Amino acid sequence: MATTEIHAPAAPLTAPPAARRYRWLGERRLATLFVSPALALLLFLSIFPLLWALYLSFTNYSATRDTGASFVGLDNYIDILTSATVRQRAITTFVYVVGAVGLQTVLGFAIAYLISRRVRGRGALTTLFLVPMMLSPVVVGLFWRFMLDTQFGVVNSLLGSLGFGQVEWLTKQRTALLSLILVDTWQWTPFIMLIALAGLTAVPKYLYEAASIDRASEWFRFRHITLPLVWPLLLIAVMFRAIEAFRLFDLVYILTSGGPGVSTETLSFHVYKVAFLGFDTGVASAYGILMVLVVIVLAQFYLRYLEKLRSS
Amino acid sequence: MALHIDETVAAEAGAGHADPPRGPQRRRRGTLRTWVEIVALAAIAVVMLFPVVWMLETSLKEGRDVYAVPAKILSFDVTLDHYKDVFVQRDGSGTSDLAVSFKNSIIVAGTSTLLATLLGVPAAWAYSRFRMKAKKDQLFFILSTRFMPPVVVVIPIFLMYRDLGLLNTKLGLILIYAAFNLPFTIWMMKGFVDEVPAEYEEAAMLDGYSRFEAFWRYTLPLLVPGIAATAVFALIFSWNEFVFAIFLTSSDSVRTAPPAIAGLIGGTTIDWGLVAASAMVFAAPVLLFAFLVRKHLVAGVTLGAVRR
Repeated sequence: MATTEIHAPAAPLTAPPAARRYRWLGERRLATLFVSPALALLLFLSIFPLLWALYLSFTNYSATRDTGASFVGLDNYIDILTSATVRQRAITTFVYVVGAVGLQTVLGFAIAYLISRRVRGRGALTTLFLVPMMLSPVVVGLFWRFMLDTQFGVVNSLLGSLGFGQVEWLTKQRTALLSLILVDTWQWTPFIMLIALAGLTAVPKYLYEAASIDRASEWFRFRHITLPLVWPLLLIAVMFRAIEAFRLFDLVYILTSGGPGVSTETLSFHVYKVAFLGFDTGVASAYGILMVLVVIVLAQFYLRYLEKLRSS
Repeated sequence: MALHIDETVAAEAGAGHADPPRGPQRRRRGTLRTWVEIVALAAIAVVMLFPVVWMLETSLKEGRDVYAVPAKILSFDVTLDHYKDVFVQRDGSGTSDLAVSFKNSIIVAGTSTLLATLLGVPAAWAYSRFRMKAKKDQLFFILSTRFMPPVVVVIPIFLMYRDLGLLNTKLGLILIYAAFNLPFTIWMMKGFVDEVPAEYEEAAMLDGYSRFEAFWRYTLPLLVPGIAATAVFALIFSWNEFVFAIFLTSSDSVRTAPPAIAGLIGGTTIDWGLVAASAMVFAAPVLLFAFLVRKHLVAGVTLGAVRR
C-alpha cells in the first residue's frame, strides 16, 4: 500500500492515516469472524441438544435415575407410533391447529378487508387490533382463565344478562378444546390481519381503476384482483401460524393444563408430561424427535414457498 | 366475505368515475354499507380490547368486587392495593417475590437481547455482503432452528444445563434466549443491511478504508434504527418467553416474571386482583415497546421473513 501513496503524489489522499488498519481482515476472514460466533451459539444450544435427544431416543434413559441408560434400538419409536394415547393427542392437536388457524384466517382476512376499505383511522385501528398479539401467552392464558370462570367469570355473567345459562367453558370435555381454540383465535387473529392488510394495501390502485372502467362487479374485483394478489402473503401467514399452533404449549399449560381429563392435551403438552412428570426421558426424546420431524417438514414447505415468493 | 356479495354488486360498482347516473337509492345503499362496515369494525374492536380493559378494571377493583355476580363493569371502587402488592410484601417487609422476578426479567431479557444483537448484526452484515458457500441453505437452516418446539428442545437442554451447572441460573436463561433470538436477529437485520447500498462501502474502500472500517464507520451508523427495532422485538420475545423459564429455573431469586405470575394461580385460592395487577405491570412495557416499533411489525412478527 505504500507504493500507491508514492505513485500518487499529485492528489493528496483523503484517507486518514488510520486507514487500512484492519487490512489483515480480508473478506474471507471477516466473513468467518462475523458469522462463526452466531453459528457456534446455535450449534451449542440448538443442534447439539437435538443430537443429544436423538441419541437418548434410542435408550431407556430416565433423568431421575442415576443408573446409566441402555440401548433399546427403535423400541421407543415403535411404542409411540403404535400408541393409542399418542394417536388421540395427535387428533386433538390436529383439531386444534385446523380449528384455530382456520378461524384466524377467515376472521383476520375479513378484518383486514374491512380496515383496508377505511381511509381515516386506519393506523389507529390497526394498532388497537394488534394488542392481543403482543401479549405473553401467560398473560393471555390468565386473562381468559379468569374471564371464562364458570361462577364469577365475566363471559358467563354477560351471557347470563342476555338470558343464556352458564357455560362450563374450561371444565367440560366438550367445551374446553373449543375455549382453547377461541382464546388462541383472539390472540392470533391480529397476526393474520396484519399480514393480510400488508398485502391488501400493496395492491396497485390502477388495477381497481381499470376494473371499474370495465364496470366489473365488486365480487369480480375481489375474486380476480384482490385475492390472487394477497393470497401468497396470506399463505405465508397461515403456514407460519400452523407451525406455531403445532408447537403450542404455554397457553394449554396455563388455561387448562390439558384437562379436563385429557380433552385439551396436545402433543406438546403430552411430551411435557412424559418428560417432566413421568421422567421417561428416552421415550420423551423419541417423541420430541418425531415432533421435530413434523416441524421440519412443515417449515420446509414454508421456507420453500417463501423463497419462491422472494425470488419472483 | 360472502356476506357482502349481494350488497357489493349494487353499491360499489359506481365508486369510480364515468358512471351512469346513480339513483338516490343506490347512494343510500352505499352509505348504508359504509355504516355497516364501521359498526362491524367497532364491534370487533370491542371484542379484541374487552379482555384487556377487563383485566385493567379487575386490577383496580376491591377484593369483593372482583368476584361480584353479575360482574361490575362500570361502577366499582378504585383501589391501587393490588399494584402495591405486586411490588411490596403484604406484611411490609421489603420487596415481594414478584418484584424480584420483574428485576430478573429485566436482566435476562436485556442481556440476552444485547448478546443476540452483538452476534446477530455482524453475521447479518456478512450474509448480506459476502459470497459464501451454500449461503441460502445456511440462512434457511438458521431460521429453521427457531421453529423447533420449545418443549422438545428443553428436554436435552435441561440435561445439558444440569451437567454444566447452568440449571436455575440467569446465565443459562440468557444463553438460551440469545440462541432463540439469534435467528430472528439475523433475518431481520439482513433485511435492513440489504437496504443499505453496498456502494457506500465500496466508496469508503476506494478512499483507503479496509472492509471492516467501511462497515464500522459507514454502514453501521446507517443501521442503527434497524438495530433498535430488531432489538426491541428480541426484547419483547425474551420478556414474554415462558417455556424455557419454567423448566430451567426453580427458585424465586432466579425466576423471571412469566413463571412467577403463572405461579400465582397454583394455590387453592387465587387472588385474581393481584394476578390482574401483575399481568398489567408485565404487559405495559411490551405494549409501549410494540407501539414504538409498529412500523416494522410485519417484518418483526414473521421473524424478518416477510417485508413490505
